[in-house]
Parts: sequence; structure tokens; C-alpha cells
Amino acid sequence: MSALIRFLKSLSLKELRVGLGVTGRYLFARKFTLQYPDDKTPLSPRFRGLHALRRYPNGEERCIACKLCEAVCPALAITIESEEREDGSRRTTRYDIDLTKCIFCGYCEESCPVDSIVETHIFEYYGEKKGDLYMTKERLLAVGDKYEKEIAAARALDAPYR
Amino acid sequence: MEWLNTSIDWMTLLFQEWVVVYFHMLPDALQTVIWIVLKIVVIMVPLMLSVAYLTLAERKIIGAMQVRMGPTRVGPRGYLQPIADAVKLMFKEIIIPTGANKYLFLTAPLLSLGPALAAWAVLPFGDGLVLAEVNAALLYVLALTSISVYGVIIAGWSSNSKYALLGTMRSAAQIVSYEIAMGFALVGVLIAAGSLNLGEIVNSQRGEYGFLNWFMIPLFPLFVIYFISGVAETNRAPFDVAEGESEIVAGFHVDYSGMAFAVFFLAEYANMILIAALTAIMFMGGWLSMLPVSWVAAVSDIPVIGILLGDGIHWFFAKMSIFLFLFLWFRATFPRYRYDQIMRLGWKVFIPITIVWILVVGVFVLAGLGPWFSVA
Repeated sequence: MSALIRFLKSLSLKELRVGLGVTGRYLFARKFTLQYPDDKTPLSPRFRGLHALRRYPNGEERCIACKLCEAVCPALAITIESEEREDGSRRTTRYDIDLTKCIFCGYCEESCPVDSIVETHIFEYYGEKKGDLYMTKERLLAVGDKYEKEIAAARALDAPYR
Repeated sequence: MEWLNTSIDWMTLLFQEWVVVYFHMLPDALQTVIWIVLKIVVIMVPLMLSVAYLTLAERKIIGAMQVRMGPTRVGPRGYLQPIADAVKLMFKEIIIPTGANKYLFLTAPLLSLGPALAAWAVLPFGDGLVLAEVNAALLYVLALTSISVYGVIIAGWSSNSKYALLGTMRSAAQIVSYEIAMGFALVGVLIAAGSLNLGEIVNSQRGEYGFLNWFMIPLFPLFVIYFISGVAETNRAPFDVAEGESEIVAGFHVDYSGMAFAVFFLAEYANMILIAALTAIMFMGGWLSMLPVSWVAAVSDIPVIGILLGDGIHWFFAKMSIFLFLFLWFRATFPRYRYDQIMRLGWKVFIPITIVWILVVGVFVLAGLGPWFSVA
């Protein structure tokens, strides 16, 4: 008897109609699609994009070659070499980040005692030939010089939570 | 405005003097051929355009049901996307696999597209608006839709690939199984209408109650089964195990590329439109208005509304687009059937139900159940 009822129920196609109703409702729902180059999502101040090396306001580079970032980097993307400068301070002679190895975890930024290596909000960049994504010290400093205002603003926004 | 009037006059004169006169000078047989070719062009060009834009509609509608937008980049709001797709496919290389039977490999796509287009010859777009007035039109349509299976079989076999052959087996078995249920559903229509002529099938659905006179009401189970079988017949979701884009590569047309693949694609969509048109003709009164005849007569003198509400080709297109939308809606909603479930549905559910309902329709006709069969 119950089998017969089940059979008759299946003939009413109820489940199928319920399913069609769900998709039918979503046909008129507001779409989530973001038309990327025209619209962009808001970025968090903690966004982890292209790396940069920062300077102090007097022009002195922040990095003291403590190599904490090199040690913490899980992808082994950072290479640092250092020596003593004439004034007796320890400075890097080489600070390379291979962006093709980097996984953008942000540990380098977190480990940095002087806020020197940071990850910026920039994510639209590319390399045209091999080596273009191998960031040297000069290029990292150039990124930092160019975007210092945005970088400082993002750090200031996040400061209460650090 | 003066020059416009004179140029229009001049063009009509030119047309009458030259085209019409010279046309009548041609031999009779040639005149007939030219007329038929012109009619074929008038049917084929809009059909091909609607196939192209059905693909856009599919991507847009399924996109909307998945809360995204679909193509938006080519042309305003993406309206030129099908043209870009067509141009891309035309310029791609057709790769013929080593060991494939070259001639059959290239014939197969045409064998699957040809019947889908040829069936349009007998479809009435309006009262008397039909390319070929065939009395056994229903048989002709059934025969042609069966032929398209050969395209599938030959495609899989001539590819010389075990995967294509397996896909062919599944696809062909599915199409053949559902053809039986489809045929039985049409037998019901045949009994109800008393004619194999599609125009007469539509005319026998005319009546004083408007849409209540359509066959979709007394033949409701056959109507549902016919359309679902049509979905299975065209290998569309949820019956698309043959293609199964999310699980396997493509079934019988794995080895096809470029325009040869595009022809299969065209055939699939042309078949969808054909099934939609046939369902509209056989169960929803084709070009008939859904309003009762007396209401239509009452408003027939009002300029625009009279034409819109009266019988006409626009009703046919409106009904077709309902079914085409259903094809897309099904694809966005239902998960794919397992292969044994497809066979079970076709053989153990649809065929018994159609047979029972054919008997019921026979009783209806004998009893002269009104308003559908009371005249007979």
C-alpha cells in the first residue's frame, strides 16, 4: 500500500518541482559577480600583496639584517647577505625575494622587528621574462619609496590590533 | 521626402519590370526550385541565428540561476558572444585522428545536423505557412529524428577510439530507448487529432475555449513524457551522461575539434529547438491564440492588440521559447541521472504510462469527451 502511495507521489514530480522552484527564485536574485577591471573589491589593510622594503623618514633603510624573515620563510624565498657598514651598523648587501617561490603567507612581515619588510596592497603585477619576478633589494626599496604613503596608512589603520 | 518617394517608386518599378518579368520568363521547374530555395533560406537563416543566440541565452540564464552574470564582455552586455564563438570555431584546425576513417569522420557531423534541419520542412509556422505540405508529416518527423542516431554512431565508430565508441554506445542506446516513449506519446496525439498532418493537428486543437482546447489537457501525461523524452533524445541535462562534461570528456565526439565539433554543437541546439517546436505544435496548439475564439473576434478590429491576441506566428514562437527556457531551466536544476536510472525511466516508467494513456485517449475519443473530442 505504501509502495503504491510512493509510486503515485513520484508521478506528481513534487521533488522536481521544488528543485525548479529553487533555481527559479535564484534566476531573479541579485548577482554576486564583480566586473573585475571595472569594479574592484575593497582591500583590507592587512592585504598581503607585492613585497616592499621601507625606509625611515630620514631616508635610512629600516632593515638591520637580523635575518628573522629569512629564517621564518616557509617557502625559502628570501636570501639575505650582510656586512658591517663604515659607521659600524649591520646592513644588508643583498636582500632578494623570489616571488615565484613566495606563498604570500605574511610571516616575513610579522617577524620583522623594525617593520622593514612589508606586504603591500599591490596585486596587479606581472613578469614578462624569466627573472622579472625575482625582487632584488633595489627593486624592493623602490616599491617601498613609491608606495610609502599607502603602506604607512595601512599600518596606521591596523596599529590598534597589533 | 520627395526624393525618398521617387526612389521608392523607382525601386518598385524596377522590381516589377525586371525581377518579376524575368522571373516569369524562367522555365516553370526552375521557378519552383528558386521559390523553394528562397523559402529554405528564410527558414534556415533565422534558425541558425536562434541556435547561436540560444547558446548565449543558455549561458546567461544558467548563469543567473547560479547567481552570476554569464558572458558580459563581447559587445554590449555580451550580446556578440555567439558571433565571437562562431568565428573562433571556424578558424580552429580540424584534427583527424590517425587511423580514423576520414570520410565517415567528416560525414558524421553532417548526418546529425542534416535531419535536425530537414525536419523543419514540414513544421507549420502559421495557417498554411509551411514549406512542404506533407500529409504524413508526423511520420516524416519521427523518421528523421531517428536518422540522427546514425550521426552519433558513425562519429563514435569512425574516430577509431575506444572512448568515443563507448560514448556512442551509451548515447545511441539512450536515444533509441526514448524514441519508443516519444513515438507512443505521438500515437496519442495521432488518435486525438485523427491526422498525421501537423497543420491539421494544430487546427484540431482550435475551439471556443482557447487554451483549454489544446491537447496538453486531455493528453497531459503524454505531453510531459513527450517533452522529457525530447530532453533525453537531445542528450541534454539531466540525461547528458553521453557528454557528461563534469565527469568525462565528451562521449562520442571526443575526437572532434573546430568546425566539425561545432556542427555537432549546432545539431544539438537545432534539435532542442525542433523538440520545442514539435511540443508546441502537438500539445499547445502551435500558432493558435490562447484566448477563446469569441474574445479574439471581439478585439480583432483594434489595430495592434487585435493582431497580437489573434492567431499567428508570434504565438508559435512564444510557446517554443517556453520550452526552450525549460530545457535551460532543467539543466540548471537537475543533477545527472545514472545510466541505469535513465534506462529504468525510459523502459519501466515512460513506456507503460504512455501505453496506458493511449488506451485512455481511445476511450475519450469513443466517448466523445468534450470539448476536445465532442465533434468527432
